[in-house]
Amino acid sequence: MHKLRMNLARLYMGLFLVFMIAPLAVMSGAAFNDNRLPSIVPWKGWTSRWFEAMINDDRMMVAFGNTLVVAVAVAVLAVIVGTASAILINSISGRVRTLLYSMMISTILIPGVVIGISTMILWTKMGNAMGTEFFLFNPGLHLSVLGQVSYIAAMVMLLVLARLQSFDAGLEEAALDLGASHAQVLRRILLPYLYPAIGAGGAVAFFQSIENYNVTQFTRGGMDTLTVYVFSMVRSGVTPAINALAFLLIMVTLVLALIYEINRRRLARVEAEREAEARRATALEEAI
Amino acid sequence: MNDLIRRYGVTITALMCLLVAFWLVMLVVVPNITLFEQSFRPYLPVVDVGGPKDFYSLRNYAKVFDGSIERSFFGIPYMIPVHVMTFGLTIWYSIVVTVACFALAYPLAFFMAKIANPKSLPTLLLLLFIPLWVSEVLRAFAWWIILAFKGPLNALLLAIGAIDEPVRWIVGYDGVVIGLTYAYVLFMLFPIYNAISSLDTNQIEAADDLGAPWWKIHLRVVLPYAKPGIASGCVMVFMLSAGSLLVPSILGSTTSQWFTQTIDQWFKDALDWNTASAYAFILLLLCTVFVSIALKVFNVKLSDIAK
Repeated sequence: MHKLRMNLARLYMGLFLVFMIAPLAVMSGAAFNDNRLPSIVPWKGWTSRWFEAMINDDRMMVAFGNTLVVAVAVAVLAVIVGTASAILINSISGRVRTLLYSMMISTILIPGVVIGISTMILWTKMGNAMGTEFFLFNPGLHLSVLGQVSYIAAMVMLLVLARLQSFDAGLEEAALDLGASHAQVLRRILLPYLYPAIGAGGAVAFFQSIENYNVTQFTRGGMDTLTVYVFSMVRSGVTPAINALAFLLIMVTLVLALIYEINRRRLARVEAEREAEARRATALEEAI
Repeated sequence: MNDLIRRYGVTITALMCLLVAFWLVMLVVVPNITLFEQSFRPYLPVVDVGGPKDFYSLRNYAKVFDGSIERSFFGIPYMIPVHVMTFGLTIWYSIVVTVACFALAYPLAFFMAKIANPKSLPTLLLLLFIPLWVSEVLRAFAWWIILAFKGPLNALLLAIGAIDEPVRWIVGYDGVVIGLTYAYVLFMLFPIYNAISSLDTNQIEAADDLGAPWWKIHLRVVLPYAKPGIASGCVMVFMLSAGSLLVPSILGSTTSQWFTQTIDQWFKDALDWNTASAYAFILLLLCTVFVSIALKVFNVKLSDIAK
């Protein structure tokens, strides 16, 4: 009975993985099908012309460039704001902390549609009120960046805060006692300790920004990002050139995942060897 | 606060406070207040803004009740305003998606946390993360291909003889529910997995030794323990579903409309930002109410959700 349940659980696990991966495989496969509509049935033979179509699609390349610029800007801003917030939250307590913390968390739960519209209205109304044509107050990707930072910063904050909790404040005391300046304490003691969390936060922010549609859709003012462009293609005149793009993006993800996995296994092996060595050494000592 | 100044000096502390203030005031509070304020103003040409016609009213909110259509419920016909119906259906199908995600994710989360070989777990997690890194628009597009009338799913089912003629999958809200479940099931899986993996396995074994059947172990030991994780997953999935614009637009049919699409139409097609604000505010209100109810029902705090 127990054995049967175990096997059922494994089967379910396998089916779930198929459910998660199969759509990506179908989408990738359609990139190589010589069919004007993106599908894997009926199979009309191998072709690479959708990849050529993708490279020759200037609008897609512009959108790709825009996406990267926005994502980098969001990552930089979100990391700065998120880290500052985490340090601030970590050093206060009581009612103020609860209030600020709840406000920061709630930004993750605000629907993207609301963030997009409110950001757009605020900045354009502000521009109208001041009667200025300055670019900051017109619709455009810079507003998308601001809108995205408003909730992505909270994610960075959570990651950095988690690491801050295990930080030994005594290190900073020691540095101050030894005559370090305030800036040195921050740059040489605290930030290096936070780097892993900041790096993870930056990566999360970067990918969240690439994913984002809702905020961008309302604030972009005629500019394309990759997500917006792919969406408009799917709605009108879709060709397998999108599948070619999807295939490349999935490949990049796979390669990154593979590198991560190989690295992890190598580290695990090194760790296991070290442990075995230590065990042998103690055994030897005891024998002597 | 004094602690901060002592460690990092006045300048750096002030700079950090300024950054946090910029975020919370300029990017969160003021935009939402502006949205709220604009939602009560009429939509006017630029010259009339601030003029005598520009006064506060509830007219934008009243538009929700415009244009009734006839529907029937168990054979009883009734009239319902279109936007109210869209709103109701959005909530209903978001709940369906949330329940579906829970049903799919809970067994797997338990398996991963308590049964699976710990050595293969990181590989498993990595495999599950791959779809999460591929963007939402492409995941919806993938299902658009699969569910197409002449698509692979119909071809497969026809080939194995499960159906006699192709099925229209993208009809009504079916495609939307499938797409949303696929897109957000991992947001349910990971919080529940995190919660269950910190449960002491001895508790399960004790219950087992004392003769509890497997379903009772889940009901009385595992589920209560995983409650914060479940709450977190449910809130995330419901919010993401109700607020999604991509998936309903790609996988929706002519007979399905999502509330965010209505907002989008007011904003982009009618160019009536004020009514769009009113509708967006209704959506925000719904989300706030839902989170509050979920927190009450599961008896957890907002800060627990964020884990």
